[in-house]
Amino acid sequence: MKGVIKLFHRKKAVIQGALLIVAVCMVCFGTMRGEVDSVFSKAIRLCLECVGIG
Amino acid sequence: MDKNKKKKTSIIISRFRGGIQAGAALLTNIHLTNFIKGSIYQGKGKAVCVPGLNCYSCPAAAGACPIGAFQAVVGASKFRFSYYISGFLILLGVLMGRFICGFLCPFGWFQDLLHKIPCKKFSTKKLKPLRWIKYIVLLLTVILLPAFLVNDVGMSDPIFCKYICPQGVLEGAMPLSIVNEGIRQALGVLFTRKLIILLVVVVLSILFYRPFCKWICPLGSFYALMNKVSLLGIQVDDCRCISCGKCARVCKMDVDITKTPDHTECIRCGKCIKECPAEALRFRYGFSKNNKCKGDK
Repeated sequence: MKGVIKLFHRKKAVIQGALLIVAVCMVCFGTMRGEVDSVFSKAIRLCLECVGIG
Repeated sequence: MDKNKKKKTSIIISRFRGGIQAGAALLTNIHLTNFIKGSIYQGKGKAVCVPGLNCYSCPAAAGACPIGAFQAVVGASKFRFSYYISGFLILLGVLMGRFICGFLCPFGWFQDLLHKIPCKKFSTKKLKPLRWIKYIVLLLTVILLPAFLVNDVGMSDPIFCKYICPQGVLEGAMPLSIVNEGIRQALGVLFTRKLIILLVVVVLSILFYRPFCKWICPLGSFYALMNKVSLLGIQVDDCRCISCGKCARVCKMDVDITKTPDHTECIRCGKCIKECPAEALRFRYGFSKNNKCKGDK
């Protein structure tokens, strides 16, 4: 039982580490293909749909 | 840090939650003078998302709303998916999980404040199936419809922001329309519909604890999934736990933390930590490791 719990925690730690790496890679990839510009250009203008004008 | 010190820190964090929430809401909306000017902040900070649900059309907003930003990217003709926002949300989800809902989200704080209004309160224990709605909202209105319901030039509307999100009315439309006559005159049927949604959420928040977070919020549903693998969690000390069940009784999110410490609905508010008579609960941070009781009662 102890071994199973240890294995579970080790597996979870690996998943946590992998997700962190994947997340950073996704942010970098998204930035490289110009998604930040899309976010920025939307966020600096009044969002008509959000406030109920669209 | 030894165990007792960690427990004390956990209790302090949960005790000052209201202050932390207020601070987070202020930092998220730091450009307060824009409320008077009737315009929105347009600096470089808007390229980065804030962790909580906070409309970027709020005059004071310091950053972009992650849900709005995701739909903006997906709705643009160039992209069908946002790696930037998805990666950002996974990163925050792993680092903090639903602690963001409990401590950093301005709309969560707003609901907390409404729930403090003294009147008869109702339990949501029998309404647990409604929790699934928020996953449908995330999948349909944030991911699928904005990606596939496109017009002739390949662009789409931010469906969640346009038809559901009450935060845009609360933080954007209301303060802007007070000082800007042009905006006030342009508000139409869509505003009225969303205002009704906001009013329903306000009334429900007074009667129930955080109805929007529990049943509707797509950001909450994403962080809920990440709660399972979050580095920040709640540690149950099996040696100290006396199984009194007080933690489950005081939990307003209807979670039994001793059975499922990584429950999707736990917003890490720390109420159970504060109330535990045996001091068996505390916040933990770090990669998963075995903390099984070794008989140090």
